[in-house]
Amino acid sequence: MQHYPDITSSVLTGLGWYYLIMLGMNLLWTVRSYKVDGNFKNGVPVATVWAVVASLLMMLSAAHFSSAGSPDTFLIRLPMWFRNFVDANFSNPVIYFVLSIVLFAGMILLREWWTKPTVAWTGLNLSLLFMGLSLTDYDFRQIVGKPDNVPIVAMLFIVAFFTWIYFTRSVDNDRRIAEGRPLFEQENNEKVLVWPDLVYTELICMVVLTVVLVFWGIALKAPLEEPASSMKTPNPSKAPWYFLGLQEMLVYFDPWLAGVVLPSIILGGLMAVPYIDFNKAGNGYYTFKQRSFAVTTFLFGFLPLWVALIVLGTFLRGPNWNFFGIYELWDVHKVEAANNVNLSEWFWELPGLGGIPKGSDFGTILLRESPGIIVTLAYFFALPPLLGVSVLRKYFVRMGVLRFLVFSNLILWMAILPIKMLLRWGFNLKYIVGIPEYFFNI
Amino acid sequence: MSVGDYIRNSQIWRSVFRHPAPTDRRNRVVVMLTNFFLHLHPVSVKQQGIALSYTWCMGGITFFLFLVETITGVLLMFYYRPTLDWAFYDIQALRDVQTLGIMREIHRWGAHAMVITVWLHMYRVFLTGSYKPPREFNWVIGVLLLVLTLLLSFTGYLLPWDQLAIWAITVGSNMARATPVLGLEGPGFQLLNTSGYELITNASDAKFLLLGGRFVGEATLNRFYILHCVAIPLVVSGLIAIHFWRVRKDGGISQPL
Ligand code: HEM
Repeated sequence: MQHYPDITSSVLTGLGWYYLIMLGMNLLWTVRSYKVDGNFKNGVPVATVWAVVASLLMMLSAAHFSSAGSPDTFLIRLPMWFRNFVDANFSNPVIYFVLSIVLFAGMILLREWWTKPTVAWTGLNLSLLFMGLSLTDYDFRQIVGKPDNVPIVAMLFIVAFFTWIYFTRSVDNDRRIAEGRPLFEQENNEKVLVWPDLVYTELICMVVLTVVLVFWGIALKAPLEEPASSMKTPNPSKAPWYFLGLQEMLVYFDPWLAGVVLPSIILGGLMAVPYIDFNKAGNGYYTFKQRSFAVTTFLFGFLPLWVALIVLGTFLRGPNWNFFGIYELWDVHKVEAANNVNLSEWFWELPGLGGIPKGSDFGTILLRESPGIIVTLAYFFALPPLLGVSVLRKYFVRMGVLRFLVFSNLILWMAILPIKMLLRWGFNLKYIVGIPEYFFNI
Repeated sequence: MSVGDYIRNSQIWRSVFRHPAPTDRRNRVVVMLTNFFLHLHPVSVKQQGIALSYTWCMGGITFFLFLVETITGVLLMFYYRPTLDWAFYDIQALRDVQTLGIMREIHRWGAHAMVITVWLHMYRVFLTGSYKPPREFNWVIGVLLLVLTLLLSFTGYLLPWDQLAIWAITVGSNMARATPVLGLEGPGFQLLNTSGYELITNASDAKFLLLGGRFVGEATLNRFYILHCVAIPLVVSGLIAIHFWRVRKDGGISQPL
């Protein structure tokens, strides 16, 4: 079924190099933490800890290089009970999504804590170690090691890194603002000549990138599977990786919403951002406090709803789009019971309503789906004014009617994905409005 | 006189570079003004505006990757025929036979990287609030560039014509069939099929328009090839030019007021 190179034979040597690189990183870090406030003595205790970490990594690396066995019997590998535990307890989309929301909330609330260099560095080391150990698992390796998936793993670390930069700089600036000091961006801000200050940076950047691309091209062959055949449908069939968030939405919405309407709204919404964000503060510098609402909304859309869903679609969705744990075999025969019901089915079964109206004429369909239609109309048309005079009053006053309507509708559209997820998980709800006769299902 | 000086004093050299080497202040200014490529930039900028920790250089990297894709893409076009008979085998030959085969790797990884960097660029622009007045419109152009970058990548995905390619495009283009009103399985297409005329059929709906056929086939390959190699790159180049122009006209990279 799959035609990706099995990297089992080279995985131990590869990990040897992997830990060697980690060793190098931690050596640099040891040197860095040795010197605190320009004074060498201050850092000794911390530096000692990192030196120990580095030497452990050295042993780890040496052990991998000198071993000739296979990763399945090698001494240093993830214990089976751990893999089974993870697969048994973390292999469904509910846990995954809830975890990503918890992480997201923690990221924002604990920003002053986790941006501290030592905390962030420990986090990086732990996640690298987790990656390294997990690579000893065959199923994990087969999926993460697919050539097209390697960039996605890299992207995760890169996005985390830049998110860290953002929060570090904002925490710093927010503190400066509170203390009435000038912003970081306002210090050392003389005019400099573009030649050499900018053109040299650009040149170096281009050289480094070229080298990276060439090495990447040598190390990792671009995938090429069997010639196209319209007879053999692969299972799973996946869209290109950057659209897997949208493909994941197909679990909760019909294609007309997940594939057409929602993407259009995402793009329209992005274009509308500068015209609805009336907050003048935070233009041209990093800050969280001065625009916490805008930033939280954007980060929510980008991290849990876009990046995390791509990761879910790429690494965790296997045959028949079933969810698989990270160490689980992609078994084609895995079945997941799906007995979801429409809102109308549930509503008309309520005592005293006499069962679901049957018939295929337009009137009966409308009657049948009326509960869902009313809920939907209320959501999009009654909720915005209600919000405008209550929770979001502050925004309504400053935005004016039109701007506010656009704004609140975009927020509501963004919310429908999590809402539909919750309804599905909590109540097995299939469609709020289900009119398959006209392909109109919500 | 050293060889270097001889070259720099020759008529040819001086016809190309119309001033002495940019080693002193005056000539560093002049070089920015007279060189076509450098005149994209202003002569001087605020230090923090070009700090790596501020811009992450992501817009620049995206642009550089676009250039890399253009160059490697042209080289790939020399070896690739977009027909059902040849497409797959031409790509296979790039892997197994052609000396310049690594161009395919660079092109594919560069494309993945470009998708990621364009996201990160948007991320940075948002997080520094750089879309706020007077830069609103440049943000809109940016969003268009983002869509086009994804479409470039999407249309290119089909060209190797292997299982990965056609099924990914099939999954993606099945969405078009569900377009409201215009797709055969979209809500409301019956609106256009009233009074006996079938406007929306499987040979005229949105999916057909995208694929040039009912299924992903030869016409699709041709369509995607032209979009990928000609149409979208042209539009992207135009928009990038406007994007850069606007960065300058909107007052350069954003700064605290
Ligand atoms: C092919 C894609 C793109 C290219 C090549 C590109 C290139 C650039 C470059 C070189 C800059 C100068 C500053 C910097 O490097 O950060 C810039 C600035 C800017 N870009 Fe883009 N960009 C692209 C896509 C986007 C996208 C997707 C957005 C937003 C949705 C965007 C919005 C902006 C804005 C608002 C500025 C001004 C930022 C400031 O003044 O700080 N661009 N772009």
